[in-house]
Amino acid sequence: MFTIISRIFHFGFKNFWRNGWLSTATIAIMTLSLFVFVSLIMFGVVTKSAASSIQDKIDISVYFNTNTSEDQILNIKQSLESLSEVKSTEYISRDQALAIFQQNHANDPTISQAINELATNPLEASLNVKANDPSQYGAIADYLSSASLASYIDSISYTQNQNVIERLARIVRDVETGGLAVTILLALVAGLVVFNTVRLAIYSNREEIGIMRVVGASNSLVRGPYVVEGMIWGGIATILSLILIAPGLFFVSPYLNEFIPTLNLFQYFYTHIVQLFFYELLFGVVIGSFSSFFAVRRYLRN
Amino acid sequence: MIVFQGISKHYEDHGVALEDVSFEIDPGEFVSLAGRSGAGKSTVIKLLIGEEKPSKGRVFFGQYEVNKIHDSDLPAFRRHIGVVFQDFRLLPTKNAYENVAFALEVAGRPQREIAELVPQVLDMVGLGDKMKNFPNELSGGERQRVAIARAMIHRPEVVIADEPTGNLDPFHTFEIVKLLEKINQLGTTVVLATHDKEVINNLERRVITLDKGRVIRDEQKGKYILV
Repeated sequence: MFTIISRIFHFGFKNFWRNGWLSTATIAIMTLSLFVFVSLIMFGVVTKSAASSIQDKIDISVYFNTNTSEDQILNIKQSLESLSEVKSTEYISRDQALAIFQQNHANDPTISQAINELATNPLEASLNVKANDPSQYGAIADYLSSASLASYIDSISYTQNQNVIERLARIVRDVETGGLAVTILLALVAGLVVFNTVRLAIYSNREEIGIMRVVGASNSLVRGPYVVEGMIWGGIATILSLILIAPGLFFVSPYLNEFIPTLNLFQYFYTHIVQLFFYELLFGVVIGSFSSFFAVRRYLRN
Repeated sequence: MIVFQGISKHYEDHGVALEDVSFEIDPGEFVSLAGRSGAGKSTVIKLLIGEEKPSKGRVFFGQYEVNKIHDSDLPAFRRHIGVVFQDFRLLPTKNAYENVAFALEVAGRPQREIAELVPQVLDMVGLGDKMKNFPNELSGGERQRVAIARAMIHRPEVVIADEPTGNLDPFHTFEIVKLLEKINQLGTTVVLATHDKEVINNLERRVITLDKGRVIRDEQKGKYILV
């Protein structure tokens, strides 16, 4: 058994080396396919960051009547936080609201002067509420509009921005599902390209397979070296595709960073390179060896 | 040892290849299958090595009933036979040494034994100095000698040669036939399919003559006679 396995690996490596051109061509195609595969993973990272960055910009603000006490507001804050839809809440007191307002209009003397002339702070305390999912803002707004809370609340920004929020929520959802669909589709295409390339490579060896059978080689000894060859192709293509994509990401990363400030794509690539390597290796080696396995099968009949 | 019992082989598109063919070959015999192209010689060989199944009849090889061997058991069965073809059928990515060694490797023989036997057999066929050459670096006669070395290295019970001299000039033909005779002298049964009149007449051994898929003559010291 050990002799047979060691011969399978020996033949596999030797075939790989001696079929130089065939190996080069197959690896080139596999590298491009794996390049697509790793690009899709990176595309997934970008869409996810883009979606969460849009999502982060959505919130609703609840403005309280000036006669609502801070304790009452904090009670409402607590009850909101106990809702499963709510991700976070932020309380802005009337004083803080005034400070922010003054800061924002520091360069506008007319407004600053007008505010100073007022005897009391005209601004209302508010709660900024973020939902776990953009589609849940409606439910949160409904909760805030209930009769028991109506006397404390002056206005809810959701009712004013409902259209915009819903549209943004739809964009987030579309970006995520669209990205996933494109990823699955292109990964399938990449897989099929590799499968057919390997099939062609094996096709060019069909006579040899016949000769081996006539000499008395068992199916595993005929098939094994081709599977090993497929694994080598996959392994080398994995390394090459990572080398190929690194400079591209390094170049693109700063531009993406301008659109999505929370995303540093090159850094993500760099910190996840081991993980990416294993994903690709799995994809490359599994497809390479399985394609060989199935491609050889049809020539093993006689 | 080899028994063909009422064998017929019909192809759907190419009609009748063999019709009611029966003969027996004893261990140690040297038998030539003679006949024109298309007489059915290659079909006999294909049936013998299990590459085809008969439409009717039974083929025996030792304890095997060849027509009943399952696909997965064919490799083990074929290790009892050495086959030589007109087109050599050498593995192009293996050199002469590796092509010959392959017949032992598939049988799971240890590396040490392979390293000892292969040079001996290549020496015997006169290619001791061309072990590292690949098939495309060898002449037709040399390629066929590599194929013969591969066919005999595992000491099979039978060596089957299907038109082994078909692609060779008279000088190399003579060499190859001499080699087959030598293998037979060492105790191996040899079945030689050929349409070469000279080869058959010079051998003066048993000749089974086929014509249009039927055995028309079976003589102990036969000549190439078609009518």
